[in-house]
Amino acid sequence: MKLSSSAVRLIIPAASLAVLLAAVFYMQPRAMSYTGLNLLFNLAVPIALATVAQMVIMAVNDLDLSMGTFVSFCACVTATFLQASPGTGILIFLGAIAAYAAMGVIIYVRELPAIVVTLGMSFVWGGLAVLILPSPGGTAPGWARWLMTSKPPFVPMAIVASVVIALATHFLIMRSSFGVLIRGAGGNVRSVERAGWSVVKVRAAAYALAGFFAVLSGIALVGLTTSADANIALRYTLLSIAGVILGGGEFVGGKISPIGAVIGALTLALAGSFLSFMRISPDWQIGAQGAILIVVLAMRLFLNRLEKREKSR
Amino acid sequence: MTANLMKNEVVAARGVKLAFGAVKALDGVDLVIRAGECVGLVGHNGAGKSTIVNVINGGLSPQEGVVSYGGETSGHGIATARASGVRCVFQELSLCPNLTVNENVRIMHPDLKGWNWRSRALELVKKQLQEIFPGHGIDCDSTVDDLSIAERQMVEIAISFAGFVVPPKLVILDEPTSSLDAGLAAQMMAYIRRFVADGGAVLLISHILGEILSTADRIVVMKDGRVVADRLASEMNARSLVEAMGNVVREQEYQRSGIARSSSPVLSMPPRRGRGLAFEAYRGEIVGLAGLGGHGQTETLLDLYLSRNGNWWPTPRDELAFVAGDRSLNGTFPLWSILKNLTIASLQELSSRTFIDNARENRLGLGWKNRIEIRTPDLENRILSLSGGNQQKVLFARALATTARTVLMDDPMRGVDVGTKQEVYEILRSEAASGRSFIWYSTEMDEIRLCDRVYVFREGAIVAELAGEAVTEKNVLAASFSAGEAA
Repeated sequence: MKLSSSAVRLIIPAASLAVLLAAVFYMQPRAMSYTGLNLLFNLAVPIALATVAQMVIMAVNDLDLSMGTFVSFCACVTATFLQASPGTGILIFLGAIAAYAAMGVIIYVRELPAIVVTLGMSFVWGGLAVLILPSPGGTAPGWARWLMTSKPPFVPMAIVASVVIALATHFLIMRSSFGVLIRGAGGNVRSVERAGWSVVKVRAAAYALAGFFAVLSGIALVGLTTSADANIALRYTLLSIAGVILGGGEFVGGKISPIGAVIGALTLALAGSFLSFMRISPDWQIGAQGAILIVVLAMRLFLNRLEKREKSR
Repeated sequence: MTANLMKNEVVAARGVKLAFGAVKALDGVDLVIRAGECVGLVGHNGAGKSTIVNVINGGLSPQEGVVSYGGETSGHGIATARASGVRCVFQELSLCPNLTVNENVRIMHPDLKGWNWRSRALELVKKQLQEIFPGHGIDCDSTVDDLSIAERQMVEIAISFAGFVVPPKLVILDEPTSSLDAGLAAQMMAYIRRFVADGGAVLLISHILGEILSTADRIVVMKDGRVVADRLASEMNARSLVEAMGNVVREQEYQRSGIARSSSPVLSMPPRRGRGLAFEAYRGEIVGLAGLGGHGQTETLLDLYLSRNGNWWPTPRDELAFVAGDRSLNGTFPLWSILKNLTIASLQELSSRTFIDNARENRLGLGWKNRIEIRTPDLENRILSLSGGNQQKVLFARALATTARTVLMDDPMRGVDVGTKQEVYEILRSEAASGRSFIWYSTEMDEIRLCDRVYVFREGAIVAELAGEAVTEKNVLAASFSAGEAA
């Protein structure tokens, strides 16, 4: 049987999620229930959305270091403006998405390193978030709260949401012409340009799409936590990058996998719970999480080598 | 008569001038391409071929002169050129490696819209591949990354010739056969003739003069940003072409050094995968690796290299130097200056107490610049400011500047002009005479004929060893194709 390289790319993330899940169920059989699963994966939904946003940026060979502060900013807007006067809230979000598109254009036209621009923007977003919500507080809009806490039959909301996110982005990024263009711009900008496409538009669209997913991530986060804080999602920057890489994506070359990215985000969220079940003290948890990452990535490297060896045979 | 000619014009560039800073890339070029003809374009590296191609396809705007498509002078740019049916296959491969073949078709054909574009794209490229390269065996569902370099070039050619709504009127091919072996190149040329007979136009750029002479109807020779000859192909031959390009044809003397095999070999390897002949190279020899492209020559070079150098750990003294074939992939450091690219392999000799001695580095760079004539005003310029041939010269200098006694070369002359090649051959000869050994994989017969001894590869193993006078085109071809096999 011949597997396509994109399918091979998915094996490791799927397998590592399964192994982690099995370990959690083994240690805590009660997690194997509707409520248990919902609790395990609840916080994974906003992480998955942020990971998908990061993935779109990485598809055009850039890296967004402002993801965490931007999601925090969106969470603050959700808990204040979107709740109090939805019209203003939506306008703010549209403006934020436009700012993302402009960022994509500026990075391309002025040939700036994306890391520097987004790092600078992270302070802007962080500052705006503090201005909007100087101290933790605010209220989640009723519909966001309802959406995140609704209980569909048989399958918990967290799982349903993850599957929907994975499938929707897979269709958008991997199957549609629009997604082909975005990935093409990551793979070989010159050939996209020579074929008569406007790379500026493609990049603006990619950044806007990333901004859109990040906005959704902020809304989902507030829907879960009911209130916001200017520093609520700071760790999302690194979590989202780790999720993309864990899910089979690569830093350059437009090689990404939306389904893998969502699985990667779930794995990262689960790793935290797994370590708590192991009774590892919080002091060591971050280190242990890093160890899990290294093991998974080493396995992927090993698989890539096997594949290469097979090809040369 | 004139009106009729004007109507048949696909693209006409008249009096085009273009300068990059002080360098006049194009100095009043007239190039008219009509429907139903194949125009061959030849010239030195840096003669302005790539620049005129970029003007025709809309990537560059001329500072003076006009470019007209089908007699219309209105508008210029990539979109206008594409709308007029101009397609381009570039020298360096320009597919998106992370996408599948049909997704690349989608990128190259913006008019392939709507539902179900995947299957239509697949059908299109399959049909076209079958037409140009019958029996190609390429899996069109795989990502371009998984294809070999020859397959990528085939796919790119097929995509460019494929017409979705309207067939292309002019296809510009810049070194289309540089990665194809002889059989595929012949299929390619045969297809060009059929395409032209059906009323299409082709602009063919190639350093293989035989290809140009046998395929083109008309040959345009460029030199220093000007057209110096524009004649029917039937009126020209290889000699007159080279003369027109301004190169003095050096009579190649096949003076092979008769090496006494008394000494032990500097490099040796048992037969690959237990088949064929063993490999041996002696001091001062130029050993050629011949055969059809992709039959294990590159792998042999890599194995030889890894047999002496660790994969991870640096070795205290380097016995082997490697000249890569794929410049952009594993040759140049694109962000570095020419000098740094040149001296990277010899930094150990250039440094005292782990600090690089800048004066010595500059001396070494200048020495090689003069010796192999790297055409640049300043070695501090970026490596990418050089033309392809000159970049390759820098890579040669990098290998030759080391203390390595053996140099491995992986088809390094791909897409290098005739003049540069002659200069490099000369250097190889003199270096070999002073005791260096060269192991040289080449897809070009002229280069193989320069070697003292040749191993011919087929299906991953060495099937024949030719030495001295036995190194002829006939013998190499005979060994590359086994009897009764359609290769």
